[in-house]
Amino acid sequence: MSNVTLTIDGKQITVPEGTTVIQAAEKLGINIPALCYDPELSLSGSCRMCVVEIEGMNNLPTSCTTVVREGMNVKTKSAAVVESRKMILELLIADHPLDCMTCQKNGNCLLQQYAYEYDVKEISFQGIRHDYPIETDNPFIVRDMNKCINCGKCVRVCSEIQGRDVLNFAYRGFDTKITVDLDLTLAESDCIFCGSCVAVCPTGALLEKNMIGKGRSYEVKKVKTTCSFCAVGCNFDLNVKDGKVIGVTSNPTSAVNGKHLCVKGRFGHDYIHNPNRLTTPLIKKNGEFVEATWDEALNLVAEKFSEIKKEYGNESIGVLSSARCTNEENYLMQKFVRAVIGNNNIDHCART
Amino acid sequence: MKSLKELRNHLRYKYLKLNRPRVSIGMGTCGIAAGAEKVKNEFISEIKKHGLDVEINITSCIGMCYREVNVEVDIPGKENVVYGDITPKKVERIVEQHIINGNPVIEWAEFQMLAEDGTSIHPIPDMEHTPYYHLQTREVSARCGRINPENIEEYIATGGYEGLENVLKQTPQEVINNLKRSGLRGRGGGGFPTGQKWQFTRDAKGEKKYIICNADEGDPGAFMDRSILEGDPHSIIEGMIIAGYAIGASEGYIYIRAEYPLAIKRLQIAINQAKEQRLLGYNILDSGFNFQIHIKVGAGAFVCGEETALINSIEGKRGMPRIRPPFPALKGLWQHPTNNNNVETYANVSLIFREGVEWYSSIGTDKSKGTKIFSLTGKIAKTGLAEVPMGTTLRQIIFDIGGGIKDGKKFKAVQIGGPSGGCLPEDLLDLPVDYDSLIEAGAMMGSGGLVVMDESTCMVDVARYFLKFTQSESCGKCTPCREGTTRMLEILERITAGKGKIEDLNLLERLARVMKTTSLCGLGQTAPNPVLSTLRYFRDEYLAHIEEKRCPSGVCSNLINYRIDPEKCVGCTACARVCPTGAISGTKKQPHVINTEICIKCGACMDACKFDAITRI
Amino acid sequence: MAGLAASFGSGAMTNSFKDIENTSLIFLIGSNPTEAHPVLALKMRKAIRNGAKLIVADPRRTEMADIADIWLPLIPGTDIPLLNGLMHIIIKEELWDKEFVKSKTENFEELIATVENYPPSEVAKITGVNEELLYQAARLYANTYEASICYTLGITEHVTGTNNVINIANLAMLTGHLGRKNVGVNPLRGQNNVQGACDMGSLPDVFPGYQKVFNKEARQKFSKAWGVELSDKVGLTIPEMFDDAVNGIIRGMYIMGEDPVLSDPDSNHVRKALENLDFLVVQDIFMNETARLADVILPASSFAEKDGTFTNSERRVQRVRKAIDPIGNSKPDWQIICELSSRMGYEMHYQSASEIFDEMASLTHIYAGMDYQRLDKNGLHWPCPTKDHPGTEVLHVGKFTKGKGVFIGIDHIPPAELPDEEYPYYLSTGRRFYHYNLTTQYSSSLSEYHPEELAMVNPKDAKRLGIKKGDKIKITSRRGEVITSFEITDRVTEGTIWMSFHYRDVPTNVLTNGVYDPVSHTGEYKVAAVKVEKI
Repeated sequence: MSNVTLTIDGKQITVPEGTTVIQAAEKLGINIPALCYDPELSLSGSCRMCVVEIEGMNNLPTSCTTVVREGMNVKTKSAAVVESRKMILELLIADHPLDCMTCQKNGNCLLQQYAYEYDVKEISFQGIRHDYPIETDNPFIVRDMNKCINCGKCVRVCSEIQGRDVLNFAYRGFDTKITVDLDLTLAESDCIFCGSCVAVCPTGALLEKNMIGKGRSYEVKKVKTTCSFCAVGCNFDLNVKDGKVIGVTSNPTSAVNGKHLCVKGRFGHDYIHNPNRLTTPLIKKNGEFVEATWDEALNLVAEKFSEIKKEYGNESIGVLSSARCTNEENYLMQKFVRAVIGNNNIDHCART
Repeated sequence: MKSLKELRNHLRYKYLKLNRPRVSIGMGTCGIAAGAEKVKNEFISEIKKHGLDVEINITSCIGMCYREVNVEVDIPGKENVVYGDITPKKVERIVEQHIINGNPVIEWAEFQMLAEDGTSIHPIPDMEHTPYYHLQTREVSARCGRINPENIEEYIATGGYEGLENVLKQTPQEVINNLKRSGLRGRGGGGFPTGQKWQFTRDAKGEKKYIICNADEGDPGAFMDRSILEGDPHSIIEGMIIAGYAIGASEGYIYIRAEYPLAIKRLQIAINQAKEQRLLGYNILDSGFNFQIHIKVGAGAFVCGEETALINSIEGKRGMPRIRPPFPALKGLWQHPTNNNNVETYANVSLIFREGVEWYSSIGTDKSKGTKIFSLTGKIAKTGLAEVPMGTTLRQIIFDIGGGIKDGKKFKAVQIGGPSGGCLPEDLLDLPVDYDSLIEAGAMMGSGGLVVMDESTCMVDVARYFLKFTQSESCGKCTPCREGTTRMLEILERITAGKGKIEDLNLLERLARVMKTTSLCGLGQTAPNPVLSTLRYFRDEYLAHIEEKRCPSGVCSNLINYRIDPEKCVGCTACARVCPTGAISGTKKQPHVINTEICIKCGACMDACKFDAITRI
Repeated sequence: MAGLAASFGSGAMTNSFKDIENTSLIFLIGSNPTEAHPVLALKMRKAIRNGAKLIVADPRRTEMADIADIWLPLIPGTDIPLLNGLMHIIIKEELWDKEFVKSKTENFEELIATVENYPPSEVAKITGVNEELLYQAARLYANTYEASICYTLGITEHVTGTNNVINIANLAMLTGHLGRKNVGVNPLRGQNNVQGACDMGSLPDVFPGYQKVFNKEARQKFSKAWGVELSDKVGLTIPEMFDDAVNGIIRGMYIMGEDPVLSDPDSNHVRKALENLDFLVVQDIFMNETARLADVILPASSFAEKDGTFTNSERRVQRVRKAIDPIGNSKPDWQIICELSSRMGYEMHYQSASEIFDEMASLTHIYAGMDYQRLDKNGLHWPCPTKDHPGTEVLHVGKFTKGKGVFIGIDHIPPAELPDEEYPYYLSTGRRFYHYNLTTQYSSSLSEYHPEELAMVNPKDAKRLGIKKGDKIKITSRRGEVITSFEITDRVTEGTIWMSFHYRDVPTNVLTNGVYDPVSHTGEYKVAAVKVEKI
């Protein structure tokens, strides 16, 4: 494949044929704003935020869909480009709730970020706004279509990655809306709540229900880890605030799954803070469990196992390890059985 | 191929040498709407009553929509006479006087077609010398209103499929070369050179290629494509087969809106008949070339006139435009190279290859060849279709052909090119109509709709009307179109409601600029045109609405009031009786008054007043 | 595991998820990834969108069956004759990979002799699968150069589980679908770290890295590293432990992170075994059904509260990272084990999970090249024997782990319990999309969305039983009974009931058959005979 040399904002760069302008700009460290663009999904070219000026072209083409050509001269911040982006932001915000102060997406919202970057303060357009009811009839995802900017990433991720086609555009003009099946709610549809749509949503239109009100994006510490359910081994970020896991978000660097998760991985980890968690050792006395200290409990176990060993021999104790525990714990458990108990009576539920 | 030629000669003879009188009733959508079905039945029963041997035939619209129902009476060896404005009541007299006794009903006759020997009936004008037709060059629409569109024999007899025969003797590349030489440009709007477009698709790599005919005529006030579809469907099919041969496609789709049921029916009949004659299907005319055509009925979304949205719609997806590039010539229908032209373009193609490139390119101007069909609507005296050579001026079309403004009012503007076009004022009427002059003037050829406006039309309101159309037809995909058309419409609504601010004009212009330069498809890019052209040519009307809170044409209801002149009012109560909201009060024989709080400004009182006592202010 | 080890010398997925995403054909047998491995199902769907073909063999009309090119709706427990039938066709039609069989395998004659007895007409009768479909599937699989077989517990949770697996291996070897990209035999492991737990030697016969306890060299290596003498006697499997507990041979048990009362077959037998112990310790994060029987309960920390590693189904070792401190007074399992061990006189003092990993890696060839730093970004696929080894995505390239692949002819053995007059329905069990084993019961959102067990009943059966939506039914087997709600769906065939085991109030494993595979000791969760009554 041959290379193409072009100029972007006065800087020359050589990239492989077929590269798009937005990709070439990225290589130069020039960040072009875009709301509907996601390298993992098909190109939509619909938000028009990424328009640039290219010498010899009539209009302002979108950099996400324009393929580089030899000698192309691109300006990413010309007056016309900046005017257009500002106008597009104004148009979007004219029909967008201005509740950033309480919006869960605050600090992590692309629309907010671009409005800040382009200094969009006053909205020239005062007119109708949508007033859709907020959809909360499922325990996983809150859909607030008032905050939707019709970028269509959720539609594409549902179709192209999940292969579900639950979401699509409906209606026309200003009433264009991303709907679920025949304008149902997610709960009424074939949606399986993988939450990929939430992962790609640039605004607060799609949110993880369990995280609302639990913390701001900038207050949250994200810890990448491996899912504790099935053996696919998806990675994601545990979102931690004040020592509590408040939810799970995708981590695009995950080797196995990228941004994608299933309903359990994304929404099922609230079991961590379930109030029924065992939080102290318990010893059964007269048929009732009584709280104990670690010393009491462990001494008792050590004593009892030693007794049984002594009385009935090494082979009289059996141990079940766990396919839900870590490698390190499994290693230690079998070491414990073999080196301490003195037999090979270790097994685990490898078969379920 | 010899057999088609033989068939044509045979049919020519059959249809030229009538052996009995023939009555052809214009049964296009316009004719049927005007009562053609009843007229036809009346002819049947009259003829039966008199025990006559007369052929009743149907044809389509001849272009005089303002004079429907049209009936052509054809007596063997005599002049053909075309009557206009025929009702069932008039049928008896035509049958008795003209068919039985050989005396045409002169006062109902629109024109005559001269007999072979050149004789004519005084004083009926012959077609070419009527005011309506004398400036027209009916080539593409020649068969419309003259042949039976449901009978392939009449098409073949009038030179149909001769173009295809000629094409099959050439190599595909020769066909494209000839098309390029003809200078044909797409009749759908943009005016892209058709030969070049075909070349792109021909050169594109791909096992499978497609031909699409865009019959999704969506501009308000445009109906020339429908008229060809209804009046001469084979000319489109022939054009598509030629395109398929030249490009290397074996399948074609006609994308047509469901609102055109008659056109769909006639197309289907035509396709079936063409198949029977082995003009469609496998091994066409023993050439080894295969081609088939499917009809895809669309749901009537304006945006589906945009070719990539149309392609999505054929594929069963929502009609939303795709990003370009890749252009359909490379990746179109189901990602295969696809050529898309509109109805009138394909009809031109069959004409070009029948009559020859040299003949064709002798018509029109330097850069715009051939003819263009315009639909004349709005405040024009003669509503209908007019086919003129490229380069004819707007004044000729509107005043000479169209008979000027209805009811003797004053011309104000003409909207050309549909919602994407612009409004041109009187001083541009001498503009020759061709692709490039129109673009320069801020309008566009579009598909050829001409909406004529007179002094009673408010240009701000016109802009508002078109924005309302584009706003509700926007597919919603890209931000500038979806949100921009909405906000633009809101601003125009504010101005027409008397709530506009002078800054709004600047905002409109800024918004228009962004929509034009950043929208995804042609719909959004051209949506601001009606606003920009009216701002350019009728800025004073905007200013009157904003600064004086006045609608100079008296259209914008928020800015007008009706008043009864007590001097002139005789208290006849006619106004009070027609007022739908009871806003007019007064004692009999005393001057009445209008309560402006209740008045909805419908104007019914003004129409009802016989004493000119009511004025609009 | 045991099956693949017998055939190939290694019991894990031969290829990676990426290969499944890029293959041209997926043969899915006894596996329902849309529910049990959803994100892998995405990759399969992607492959299918890119043109890959899909064959599904499953008694249930699963979602994957809906989109399959060929669906083979076999009678439960007839996998062996089905596979034999396919191989019969492939051999008869000369579609097998002669070069591969000749150069890389042995004992082919035995396979020929066995499958000779399974002509398609006969197989159609046994399996209930249309003969024509057998031909189509056999030809499609054999003629596709890049074809991957994926199976799950629908294959292993049978009394013939090991044999089922061996027969899958036979099919793949016969057609040469091994040892290169985008092919293979891929057992999709159930739980998050089944692969790792096996790798780590949480099995009665092997040390970490599948080094046999009866292998002297291996034993000496571990003995030296751990500073104690080690037993060479293969230990007990789970079902054997329970049997021995009932018999009074096993007197004490230590159960970490499992709830066998709910998750093992024939719950009543399990309960009896545990009640018979002198001393039971349960270490878990929740008070599960097994814990209620314990003498001491040790509160463990969840995965969010500790560092470590999990090994996923494709042998990729990935990091688990501590996000929060242990809840309450709980401790990570590894710390509890250390403290207990020290109190029993064997000092264990690890400062971190990383230190444990390093010790393990030093004794385990397939993990030897790994450490936390190397695992940090994308993890590594074992075998990864040295620090500069990139990990291994495809096993058996060039030759099989054990040298030559071994064909083993397998004959049909019906499930241990088949429907009869008294218990006329098949019962099959598995996982649901919205739940994972027993933990997700503690997720409020998942429980809210899918709050109760809904057994699957075919509409014809529902009609015969006179039951309608909203009723409850009692399902009874020879071992016990449960009462459950149900849904009426044609995803199960007539005569089959399907249930999950996620719900404490509907302990499905009371019904399942405790009989197990003689080699792997996996219980026959997939076939039991039950009767159904309206209540």
